[in-house]
Amino acid sequence: MTNLDFGFLNWNLITNFIWKGLVFSVQLTLIAMIGGIIIGTLLALMRLSGKKWLVMAAAFYVNTLRSVPLVMVILWFFLLIPLLIGRSLGAELSAIITFTVFEAAYYSEIMRAGIQSVSKGQVNAGYAVGMTYKQCMQLIVLPQAFRNMLPVLLTQTIILFQDTSLVYAIGAYDLLKGFEVAGKNFNRPVEAYLFAAVVYFVICFSLSMLVRRLQKKIAIIR
Amino acid sequence: MAFDFSVFCKETIGGEAVPSCLGRKGDPTYLDWLISAWGWTLSVAVLSLIVALVVGSLMGILRTTPSKWLVAIGECWTELFRNIPLLVQLFVWYHVLPAIFLSLRSVPSFLLVVFGLGFFTSARIAEQVKAGIQTLPKGQRYAGLAMGLTLPQTYRYVLMPMAFRIVIPPLTSESMNIIKNSSVAFAVSIAELTFFAQQAAEETSRGIEIYLAVSFLYFISAFAINRIALQIEHRVAVPGMVGAGK
Repeated sequence: MTNLDFGFLNWNLITNFIWKGLVFSVQLTLIAMIGGIIIGTLLALMRLSGKKWLVMAAAFYVNTLRSVPLVMVILWFFLLIPLLIGRSLGAELSAIITFTVFEAAYYSEIMRAGIQSVSKGQVNAGYAVGMTYKQCMQLIVLPQAFRNMLPVLLTQTIILFQDTSLVYAIGAYDLLKGFEVAGKNFNRPVEAYLFAAVVYFVICFSLSMLVRRLQKKIAIIR
Repeated sequence: MAFDFSVFCKETIGGEAVPSCLGRKGDPTYLDWLISAWGWTLSVAVLSLIVALVVGSLMGILRTTPSKWLVAIGECWTELFRNIPLLVQLFVWYHVLPAIFLSLRSVPSFLLVVFGLGFFTSARIAEQVKAGIQTLPKGQRYAGLAMGLTLPQTYRYVLMPMAFRIVIPPLTSESMNIIKNSSVAFAVSIAELTFFAQQAAEETSRGIEIYLAVSFLYFISAFAINRIALQIEHRVAVPGMVGAGK
């Protein structure tokens, strides 16, 4: 057994190396969550539209992204974006685009289940009072679907936050990278990785406790 | 933009094209490397899946026992392995544990990854197994105990045969996830598909062709697992249950 020495951890180190990474990880999570839910909802509506081409296009999008590992998707986008727009966007921006596009596929499956959980009578009632399809979705179906699926959407967001560590593949500076750089600079990589695991655990565990509480609240009202 | 898949016939060291595409005697070609990388991906995935199924079932069962302590152990296990990103867990297995426990230094990193990915997935499987046992009517457990079976016997002969059949569909998707998650092993230098993709793309600057081949192999691996699981599901179906077919 070797001795672990956490003496290198101090406030200075946290503000210098780790804070920057945490900010990016949170940023990436929030942008990908909002963008992913918006695109995902559109994809879910396409899949439930009953129009053959829309259904096929959305199903192709979702199934393709869901069958490839996220690391490969990150590498794909990092390779393709510069080829398509002619210049490099940098690892951070590339990661934000990748995660938004990728998570949309997962959020869309959740939203699809949510929309299907709203009873048909609600839609018919909407049409009966003269609403258009758009109004019906906007005012009746989507608010309920969103609410029913809120715990699942948030759980997916916790997974998303964990997955942001995979930007390691293209070298973006996220929370994990912050720990790694700090560990290298102070020649204490073992302690740095261990501390990273603790920090991720504390964040994700607290968030999942919050989601569980919310779930109980929603369950009672329903 | 034209695809040029002839890159796979090139030797990895000399860069010369080999007519048969497989380097028989000389240096291996990129195709050889791709195939061996696929082998690594499948070995990591299959071995981790075995670890995950064994440990995950055990932890799932613990969480449904009447003993408070066993439940607590199962829950701590699940929370611990569920709330740390897989990549960070692999770093802990690869960098941290061998530094603390020196005897782990002689263990090949491949095995560390298998346990890392296996334990990570076991938390998810424990959730499914627990849910599967809980969907069974309480009467089944009581019937078993009333007949004089011990608790382990009740689990072995009454509860688990049904619970495992119930959880096959979610376990199928976990098995497909494990193929995808094995890609994270690139970060600890296991020569699997993603590692190959990164290295070979850099060496040949034929990224698109290489990524296409790798993505395709991931796709068919996950698809194959899906088919195998469907076969198992049909074979073990209990007549009269929902999903037992016609």
